[in-house]
Amino acid sequence: MKIVVCVKQVPDTNEVKIDEKKGTLIREGVPSIINPEDKIAIEEAVRLKEEFGGEVTVISMGPPQAKDALVEAYAMGADKAILLSDKAFAGSDTWATAYTLSQAIKETGQFDLIFCGRQAIDGDTAQVGPQVAENLSIPQITYVKGVDIEDDEIIAKRQLEDGYSVIKTKLPALLTVIDGLNEPRYPSIKRIIDAYNKEDTIQTWTVEDFEVDKDKLGLDASPTQVYDTFVPTRDHEPEILEGDVEEKVEKLIKKLKEEKVV
Amino acid sequence: MDFNISKEHEMCKKVYRDFAEKEVEPIASEIDENCEFPYENIKKMAKADMLGIPFPQKYGGAGSDTLNYVFAIEELSKSCATHGVILSAHTSLGADPIYKYGTEEQKEKYLKPLATGEKLGAFALTEPNAGTDAAGIKTTAVLKDGQYILNGNKIFITNAGAADIFIIHAMTDKSKGTRGISSFIVEADTPGFSLGKKENKMGINASDTRELIFQNCKIPAENLLGKEGMGFKIAMGTLDGGRIGIAAQALGIAQRALDETVQYTQEREQFGRPIAKFQGLQWEIAEMATKVEAARNLVYKAAKTKDEGKRFSKEAAMAKYYASEIASEVANKAVQLHGGYGYIKDYPVERLMRDAKITEIYEGTTEVQKMVIAGSLLN
Amino acid sequence: MLNVIEKKCTGCAVCIDKCPFDALEMKNNIAVVDYNSCTMCGLCVKSCEYDALELNEESSQSKKDNSNYSGVCVIAEQRDNVLMDVSLELVSEGRKLADQLDVKLSAVVLGSDIKDTANELIAHGANQVYLVEDEKLKNYRTGPYTSIITNIINKFKPEIVLLGATHNGRDLGPRISARINTGLTADCTELAIEEKRGILLQTRPAFGGNLMATIVCPDHRPQMSTVRPGVMEKSEPDYSRTGGIKECKFDLDSDEIDSEIVKKSKIINLAPDSSELDLYTEIKEIVKQANKSVNLEKADIIVSGGRGVGKPDGFSTIKELASALNGEVGASRAVVDEGWIEKGHQVGQTGKTVKPKVYIACGISGAIQHRAGMENSDIIIAINTDSEAPIFEVCDYGIVGDLHQIVPLLSEAFQATV
Repeated sequence: MKIVVCVKQVPDTNEVKIDEKKGTLIREGVPSIINPEDKIAIEEAVRLKEEFGGEVTVISMGPPQAKDALVEAYAMGADKAILLSDKAFAGSDTWATAYTLSQAIKETGQFDLIFCGRQAIDGDTAQVGPQVAENLSIPQITYVKGVDIEDDEIIAKRQLEDGYSVIKTKLPALLTVIDGLNEPRYPSIKRIIDAYNKEDTIQTWTVEDFEVDKDKLGLDASPTQVYDTFVPTRDHEPEILEGDVEEKVEKLIKKLKEEKVV
Repeated sequence: MDFNISKEHEMCKKVYRDFAEKEVEPIASEIDENCEFPYENIKKMAKADMLGIPFPQKYGGAGSDTLNYVFAIEELSKSCATHGVILSAHTSLGADPIYKYGTEEQKEKYLKPLATGEKLGAFALTEPNAGTDAAGIKTTAVLKDGQYILNGNKIFITNAGAADIFIIHAMTDKSKGTRGISSFIVEADTPGFSLGKKENKMGINASDTRELIFQNCKIPAENLLGKEGMGFKIAMGTLDGGRIGIAAQALGIAQRALDETVQYTQEREQFGRPIAKFQGLQWEIAEMATKVEAARNLVYKAAKTKDEGKRFSKEAAMAKYYASEIASEVANKAVQLHGGYGYIKDYPVERLMRDAKITEIYEGTTEVQKMVIAGSLLN
Repeated sequence: MLNVIEKKCTGCAVCIDKCPFDALEMKNNIAVVDYNSCTMCGLCVKSCEYDALELNEESSQSKKDNSNYSGVCVIAEQRDNVLMDVSLELVSEGRKLADQLDVKLSAVVLGSDIKDTANELIAHGANQVYLVEDEKLKNYRTGPYTSIITNIINKFKPEIVLLGATHNGRDLGPRISARINTGLTADCTELAIEEKRGILLQTRPAFGGNLMATIVCPDHRPQMSTVRPGVMEKSEPDYSRTGGIKECKFDLDSDEIDSEIVKKSKIINLAPDSSELDLYTEIKEIVKQANKSVNLEKADIIVSGGRGVGKPDGFSTIKELASALNGEVGASRAVVDEGWIEKGHQVGQTGKTVKPKVYIACGISGAIQHRAGMENSDIIIAINTDSEAPIFEVCDYGIVGDLHQIVPLLSEAFQATV
């Protein structure tokens, strides 16, 4: 079974802090990690490889330092890791990202399954997976929390807001996976050493290394653009109620009655 | 000093930290309380190839170096010093002597399963009447019909109840004193080899420390490590390496005690402001931090010296002596600066303080380290 | 502009099938382009083995003429034949946007036996409703839904398309946007029109709610957004409103929706092999799970507990107040992670987004991730022992004190009044 996993390196948003005065994010010192749900995707791919045999190729698009994410993916058991890194890719929105990833996947040849994390914690869009599936004209199952393979069919549990559905489709297919599908393993120390010391464990591809239409790359080709960013605020003055416990409670009830909410 | 910490080291360090935070930290207090050996975590560490970090891949190791191994112990010990000592005793004391002194057959048979983490290792030198003075060893090994027959007791053996493979030191020729000591590889399930009761300790409670009892325990002659009479040299050489591991454990404890103090003193308010605003306290923290950093430099330097293939006895002794002393000191200060909260088990500093003490004692007390250091200077 | 290099064209007709927009046909064994239908998506160019098709520079996507796109279109979602709340929220919001642009608002519903939904959509502001009914469309499936909706979009060319950011909406939206090669902004919490260019300003949280980003899609049409449920206000239905209802069926022969187009969604010439995938994905079962009983999004009053409740059974105090107020129980991520209460109660970036009339945060410090899920509540009340807790910065009324003293008093008082 040939499996491709798409991953993204993201800032650990739990560590992101805000410069209150400037109203901007402080990204300095924020560690970069593999997007958590992408790790679930890697784990699932490696498990299927262990069960059915085959090969796992991990692909990521990002700046040169995203190589770290691919080292980690390799250390988790991926056989090959490819970093798509080129200035031409910079500023891609999900449409352009999906195009670039799809072209790279085509370049790697035949595949049976593609795994993606449902969404990245920095953007939370959940769009790249389905867009890659569309570009490759294969079926998709999103929000996957259970996977079964039977011959050339895949049966997946798909999480819904109020339950789940069980969906069957034919391989090749693309699955986006959610937290809870599995418990990702820790990267192997041995494979980390290999990643840095063996030849060709992590490849870096530029626009010259695979077939792409240069007019469909990066910022210029991205249909969406960032118009503005701002730090969320609330425009009102909080009122702190004073007094002893009984007085505070009384005041609050009075306020709520004034607001006609109770 | 440039320790030349490479990208691969950084990446491994991240894995150790991540593992410690997610797998070790949540159970640290509980396994301390229940004196419970963390079997599950050791299995998980084996899966991530953490049990043979400095050994070549052809022997099942990760193919890295001592510095990387030090990072593993340091990071684990920040969360739980017991995890640190289990890894240290296994790697430095159980596996390393086989790597250094074993035959190819011994490496194939014993080092491989140790380095992959399939088996756990331990090391036994100390006896009721022979600690620092190894010449006083009473355990004997007699060669008869192609087998060595072991008789005697070993005490305070780390990993005893959990290990599969032991490095045992016994007298093969009493008349030669330390030159009559030999080292053997003994499997846990060998008839005549049994375990005493688990010691009830002050700290590193999750570590399984026991007496080993040998009663006509027969092992194949080919399990002699090195040659007859080489045991003392093997033991001392092994302990040199082990000391780097313990120094790293002490460093982890000290760093955590400092981190906890930095955080707590900024949160805890007295007289209307965080106690970290008081200068008396700031000076304490400055001293603690400087000592931790000095210890770090000594520990990393010892590891680098070993990795460069140079003699490292003195560096290891200095690292172990200093790091263990300041681990106790910093953990003690940390408890003090936490006040009453430091003395209760809701905060990790009381455990750090208990765990720190042992680092000054095992694998050569502070006094022994000083002997080693002075010995290397004074000839 | 798409050019056919006649010398190279062999008349194999592969491109005819590839064109999603029915813009190519064979005449005298040569491909001919219908420029009214061609969107210059380039699928045919890729499909041609003989390099007989080319897109020339000046007609690249970014220079498209968008003037033929008009109107706002809501892709409404039904489950078990009932419209989801978010669809009505979107129609209400879509109405405002359409009025501002002075264009029509349409809504599309797919399903089986869904005629009732049309009146509901019109009552909330739709001018036109397109119903596509078929037994096979009863439950959402990526393939057929994508094909049919893509066809409707291509036919009626709305300038704005809105979907609910439900699991299904977020499965469908990106698939459509990739097929028609336009931008999509995910999980928006605010929509507005920029007056200068008349384009849609799509605002959404990023970086785990630490930052808000406004996204535009200036050159591609339609401008597509998925919108977070529970964020837009649902208008009061006005059943005196009138609007058109157009039913489109697979086997329908005539009518407003070109039946041919809808038929094609069955045959599919949209993307290579997609006809197979349309048919192939099969729903084996749909299981409802009990966690539905927590309905935070619909609650008027939510009483939430955080670490300050102290221990798992500390939630009994919170639950009592919630029941006294006839509200729901919410929780911070910290206590859900601790296992003190089920995940279904979690409010915040990784939990539910709520906007009740009253949100009472008890023992919640108010980390940014939590605030992201509740700060649009009408009135926020904070009860916390730490006067410096950030929750006091976003609250309307704050009480510095121990929730274990205050909350029972509140419960008592409200029980007396109700």
